[in-house]
Formats: sequence, C-alpha cells, structure tokens
Amino acid sequence: MNTKSPVNQKRIFVSLDTTAISKGSNKIAAHISHLLSEETEICATLVRNGSRGMFWLEPLVEIETPLGRVAYGPVTEKDVVDIITAESLNGITDHPLCLGLTEELPWMKSQQRLTFARVGLIDPIDVDSYISHQGFDGLKNALTQTPQEIVSQIKDSGLRGRGGAAFPTGIKWQTVLDTPDQQKYIVCNADEGDSGTFADRMLMEGDPLVLIEGMIIAGIAVGATQGYIYLRSEYPQAHKILNQAIAQAKTAGYLGKNICDSQHSFELEVRLGAGAYICGEETSLLESLEGKRGLVRAKPPLPAIEGLFGQPTVVNNVISLASVPIILSRGSEYYRDFGIGRSRGTLPIQLAGNVARAGLLELAFGISLKELLNDYAGGCKTKKPIRSVQVGGPLGAYLPASQWDTQLDYEAFSKIGAVLGHGGIVVFDDSVNMAAQARFAMEFCVVESCGKCTPCRIGSVRGVEVIDKIIEADANSDQKQQSRILLHDLCDTMEFGSLCAMGGMTPFPVRSAINYFPEDFGFSATGQPSDKQSANEECDK
Amino acid sequence: MSAITSADIDKINDILQKNKTLPGAMLPILHAIQDELGFVPDESVPMIASALNQSRAEVHGVISFYHHFLTKKPGQHQISICRAESCQSMGSGALESKIKQRLKLDYHQTSADGQYSLSPVYCLGNCACSPAIRINDDIHGEMTMEKFENLLDSMVTFNLELK
Repeated sequence: MNTKSPVNQKRIFVSLDTTAISKGSNKIAAHISHLLSEETEICATLVRNGSRGMFWLEPLVEIETPLGRVAYGPVTEKDVVDIITAESLNGITDHPLCLGLTEELPWMKSQQRLTFARVGLIDPIDVDSYISHQGFDGLKNALTQTPQEIVSQIKDSGLRGRGGAAFPTGIKWQTVLDTPDQQKYIVCNADEGDSGTFADRMLMEGDPLVLIEGMIIAGIAVGATQGYIYLRSEYPQAHKILNQAIAQAKTAGYLGKNICDSQHSFELEVRLGAGAYICGEETSLLESLEGKRGLVRAKPPLPAIEGLFGQPTVVNNVISLASVPIILSRGSEYYRDFGIGRSRGTLPIQLAGNVARAGLLELAFGISLKELLNDYAGGCKTKKPIRSVQVGGPLGAYLPASQWDTQLDYEAFSKIGAVLGHGGIVVFDDSVNMAAQARFAMEFCVVESCGKCTPCRIGSVRGVEVIDKIIEADANSDQKQQSRILLHDLCDTMEFGSLCAMGGMTPFPVRSAINYFPEDFGFSATGQPSDKQSANEECDK
Repeated sequence: MSAITSADIDKINDILQKNKTLPGAMLPILHAIQDELGFVPDESVPMIASALNQSRAEVHGVISFYHHFLTKKPGQHQISICRAESCQSMGSGALESKIKQRLKLDYHQTSADGQYSLSPVYCLGNCACSPAIRINDDIHGEMTMEKFENLLDSMVTFNLELK
C-alpha cells in the first residue's frame, strides 16, 4: 500500500479539498509540517489527500497507525501539538478529538464507495499511489477489448448520465462509435453549477486520475483521440489539481501517443468556463468550448453525431466518466447489481445547506430521502425542524415532509414531479419563506438564461413580476387568484416551449413551492389545487 | 476607455501569439488576458478580433456573455457572495445586506479607493459550509459578519506590509 514513504515512516493526512481549506486545513497542514521538522522523534510524513466527505469534521487529521487510519476532527491549530505525538502514531488515543478508525465511523462504514473508492485515501496526483489502489486496472482491461466490447459493457452496466439528465451513457457512446469520422472528441462536463452539489469538485480534487482514466477508456471505446474537461472557473483548486494530474499521467505514459505501448493515443486538456450556469447544458458547453457565446443549440443534430467543431462527440458528466474504470475493472454485472429499478449502480449524494452533518456519501440507489435527512444529515444545523428540501439543484422541486419517503431513484422522483439531478440535497428549516424561494428560481433564470428562446428569456422576467403580484395582493382578492392562474400558464409555456432544461425546468421549484407551501404565498393550505402538478397527483390517487 | 500601458499591449500581443492557433481559442485568450491584467480592457477587443479573424462584435458578444469577464479594472480585493439556495438556507440573504452596508457597495461596484469590488456568484461548490464567500481565489465558509470583519482587518494589514 505504502510505496513511496521510507520503511516505518508513518503518514499523516490533511485534506486539500476546497471545503476543507475553507475550514482551515491549509493552516493545520502548515502547522503539522513545521512540527514534524522540529520534533525529530516523531517520524512521519504529511500527505495532502482529498476529503472523506465528512465536512462537519474538517479540518480532519488522519494518522496512519498499525490499526489503520485514526481520525481526529475538527482540529484547530492549537490542537496539533497534542494530537501529533509518538503515542498517536501507534494507535487510538484518548484525545477528546480522537474519533477512532476512519473506516469504522458510521458515515464511512455504511457507504458503497465505487466511484469515490479512493477519494480521501490517496495523494490525488501520485500515479503510483493510484496504481497501488487498483488504478488503471479498467484501462488495462479496455486495452485488450474491441471498442464494441467496451461500449457493450457500459450499456450492460446500466450507467446513466450522473449530470442530471440520466441518459444511458452506453447508448451515447454507441452513437459516437457508429458515426464514422476522422476526428471525434470526449468532452467532460465539469461545469457543476447546481447549488448543493460538489461531488464533481470533490472527485476532481480527490482522485482526478480516475476521471482521466475514464476519459481515456471512452476515447478508446469510440475512437476519439482528443479530450477536453470543461471546468467551471469557480473551481480554481480543482483546476490546479487536474492540471498536475494530467501532467503526471502524461509522464507515466497514460496520455499522449501510444498509451501503455498500445496503438491508441489520447490527448487531454482542461478548458475553463467563465461563470455561465447555462454552459452546464451540453450544447451550450460545446458552443463555449468553440469560443462562442454559450447559446443553446437546437437538437437534432445530437452532439454524438455533430458535436464539438461539428464532429461526433461524447459529452459526459464527471461522475459518469469516473464510474467507467470500475465497470471495466470489475465488470458490468458488479456495477449493475447495485441500485433499484432502472437506476443502477451508486449515486454520490451531497447533503448541503442547513444540516447538522453536511457532506458527501456514495450509496446504491434506493435509500429514502427520510433516511438521508434523519440518519445521515442529522436534521437541521439550526436545530429547528426541517420544512423543505430541494433536490437536484436550482431547477429541482422543493419537497415537503409528505414526500420524504420517496426513494432515490430517477423514476420515483419523476413520478412526483421532481428530479434527482446530480444528487444534491439542500435542506431548509422552518424559517424559510417558500414564496421568496419561488421568486428566486425565476430570478436565477433571468440572470442565467442564455437568451436564445423567448419562453425562458422573457418568461422568467414575467415570472418574477407575477410572483411579486401574488405576494403583494390581498388574500382572497381576485387579483391574487388571477395571478396564480397566470403563473400556472406561464410555467406551462416555459416548460413546453423552452429549448433546454433552464427554461423548461425553472417551473419545477416554482410549482412545487406554490403547491406544497401555498400559505407562504397567502393562500389557504386547504384550497383547491389550481395547478397541473397537484391535479396530476389527484389523478394518480 | 480604460487606460492601459504599452507594456499591457505587449502582454496582450504575447498572449494572442501563444494562443491564437488553439482550437476554440477565444476563452483561453480572454482568461489569459484577465489573469494577466485583472480585466479584459476595451483596447484588447480589436486586437483579439484581428488575431482570431472575427468581428469586434463577435468578441464583444463573447466577453459580455460571461459573468466572469470584467471590462473594468476591479478592486484589489474581489469579494463575491454566494447567492444560491444552499447559502440562502443558512442566511446568506441577511449576510449579503450587511456586507453591502459595511462596504457601502452594491453588486458590480468597486470602492472609490480601489480596494474592494463586490459581485454575486451562484455557487462556489462549498455548499457543505454555507454561507460561503470568495475573496480573490480563496473561499471562506460558514461566514458570519464577525468573521468577515476579521477578514477585512487581515486584508488591511496585508496592504500595509506591502508598503
């Protein structure tokens, strides 16, 4: 396991993840480094790793001991001298911040970490460390297979796009494979703009090589020789780490010409976005990569047939591509055996906002929202009752307590007019004003609409106005009722008339807010459902 | 028009020479110029247009599309407050008003002494530690006014040290 450090040299881990740094992990690391250089009887080296995803415990310090890694957290600078001792290098101590073995913590133990298997475990840019943890096993297998065999394995695994749209990854790949062309591209969508999501960032900062491996395999499978990672500019740390990892992978012969002495070649480059949420939409992303305004393209043609620079292009989310290596190394059946229904494999779930324990956990599809909110998140950070949760980012529905029995499964969410999206869950306590949240959903669409289609560009502006009218109007007034009907019509126009999900899904948070929390808009809670979504639910009953 | 020096023009020319043959060179060029000069000056627009064989309108169109690109010199400390839902759930709305009051700035404004610029941002990916703000490239989580005051103090100290 430990290939680099000298014999008997123990390792101490402090995360270099953005959130860990925002909580002070860089200062802790500097302190530990200084201590190790001063105290000669403490023989250990400092390793900067990704985060384990338990952000309420960051800055987390992990010490490698004969028993396994022992965790301490959250650590302050003044704790360092008491924690890093000759005794702590040998096992569990009675220090008040000692949490025991990291792997035995309930948060870690109950997970099924497939895609995130190495995140937090290894030095993210160390190729040797990656290889010693089954890294590049998937690529090795891929190199012995035909393109069609690789694509078939991805199809058989049931992997669906983890960016939110949940389109079967293997089918996308098959289309690109079947479209003959001189130049094809693999584009990784790392424009993770949804509030409440940080899985892509954590993966790129904690195990960038698994993403690189997934992209190389995708290139071999469909016959593409150039890859781009389109990364949002809000992620400077991920940018730095990805570039370092790409350089390391190139030196080790995994990128460039004749990968691992095969006839395959693959070049990879990181390109930065520039603060436009819409560029997370795949066709807008491609326009941006081509150096243009991020205006959404009409489909067809599909990017798989005419994508980047008009060439056949695979556009996949970070987590989708990072899930490819384990499918190739362990087999499609292994991956497919996790999950329920048509949602196969695992989902990195991000608990965010007002929760006692915020962070990332990877689980097979099928767990209920309630279990996540109670068992993992531990309720609200403010210790007030949870009133509403928004799942799937700013275009996802707000869900009231009555829907928290819903299982995490793409189809189950779509049945209740919600989306699972990228697996981000934002929790609100009872101080939230849902009318303000609905207004914000429209306001966000005003700011971030690319402007190409009218329902989104103008509809969102009118949406803010009409929500204001609803809020301001006297209860039971005609104007209030009429504005509600108008908002309902406007939502229909946006949903069915927009080119992409930006305008098409902005109605999701708006409708759910007014349907489930009508009292916040000044309507009685027991009023007749006046909206399509509630009407549908009535029919379902 | 912003006043830029001939040294800045040389830097822009260098960037154009290095990047203009990249496929989809526009964004890498704009990023490189902003990284170097802090913003994308108006003077660079015709230069970029000529290097990429595009119209000035096309270049302007790209610059104005993306929130990240600035056409005026920003303050020394660029402060961005996250306005997205996760931060809202932890009180970013109130924090935002207080920071605006404290700096006497609204969004997209720079203080008269050139010290601070204020801008909104929609998600920094630090949603596990909401509310979050960013000062230049550093992200700070679980922000409170008390912490913000401390950060402001540390910025002032840093300036004095420079002199």
